[in-house]
Amino acid sequence: MSALLRIEQAALVRGGRLLFEGLDLMLVAGEAAHVTGPNGSGKSSLMRMVAGLLRPSAGRIERAAVALCDNGLALDRELPLGRALHFWGGPRLAEALTAFDLDRLTEVPVRLLSTGQAQRARLARLMAGGARLWLLDEAHGGLDRDGVARLDAAIAQHRGDGGAVLAASHVPLAGHWRELAL
Amino acid sequence: MRLAAREVRRALAGAAWLPVAFFLLVATIVPFAVGPDAQLLSRIGGGALWIAALTAALLPIERLVEPDRADGTLDQLAMAGVPEEIVGAAKIAGHWLTFGPLLLAAAVPGSAMVGLDGPALGRCLVALAIGTPALAALAVAVAALTAGLPRAGALAGLLLVPLAVPLLIFGAAASGADGGAALKLEAAVALLIVAGAPFVTGAAIRAARS
Repeated sequence: MSALLRIEQAALVRGGRLLFEGLDLMLVAGEAAHVTGPNGSGKSSLMRMVAGLLRPSAGRIERAAVALCDNGLALDRELPLGRALHFWGGPRLAEALTAFDLDRLTEVPVRLLSTGQAQRARLARLMAGGARLWLLDEAHGGLDRDGVARLDAAIAQHRGDGGAVLAASHVPLAGHWRELAL
Repeated sequence: MRLAAREVRRALAGAAWLPVAFFLLVATIVPFAVGPDAQLLSRIGGGALWIAALTAALLPIERLVEPDRADGTLDQLAMAGVPEEIVGAAKIAGHWLTFGPLLLAAAVPGSAMVGLDGPALGRCLVALAIGTPALAALAVAVAALTAGLPRAGALAGLLLVPLAVPLLIFGAAASGADGGAALKLEAAVALLIVAGAPFVTGAAIRAARS
């Protein structure tokens, strides 16, 4: 089976500082890796590099279609949540709304969402896009117990469906993850 | 198309009327500043309207690109495979739609304030109609260049005004009598700006990520 993500000897320099070098990582369908490391160790930069938003200073990256959930909301604040998410569309939008319990919030303007609700919206956008590789940057932050359970279930389902996940998180994650310490 | 429509919707939900109100305000203070001499006013009126249009173009700069950069919209668009140049072009089109026509409409009462007669108003409207797409394109490009920087608003003004000088020269000249040649030069300058701005915007959006 071909890899959904293959990082070979990647290095990243930001602001004159070497964040990591010689990084190798391969994820095939169903696999997931948990990136750990202290604040400022380059977890978010790694995510952005895999997403294609930052160019590696050295090494190479091959990957499947990717979706990133970081702290950017990227939803129009004045629109109702349903329409704001609809802008990004995606084949699994209806399913994603249900998976993160957002069905009853579709008429609520984005600017009125709470921290946890906004996090569910980010995750719904990630899921809706139908990308096979998920990048989760502190995706558990702000979620209540129900939200965490829903995210863990969504991750398990995504892996079961042949997807892969790369997650940076300070909290332990449910299920089996490969550890990648930066 | 959907991106441009989104820009229009966001501008209308926000303060699309603000640059136009500012334009009228500047046009209104001209007679107060230079006195009520009708002949003098009608001679400088075209140029005064252009200065008003240029300052009005500065007002919306901070909301054109920075909010989308800050909340990750530009990143998500990149991951959705939309080239940054297309984002720039859509922003320019969307911004002009909420800026150009309103400004042209405001130029009619504005020209009365600075004492332009009918034919002069017509020339001025043609020159502004050609110039406003370039002003919108410059505003988006400068907004992308300054997005995320401290004091971006002031910096954007310092950047935009010099870049708009050729447009201002030919545009103001085209608004006066015998402006045929100036109008062609204005159109050439405007075309250059409108054609180049999406690429400047795209490069600036990419550069802001690293």
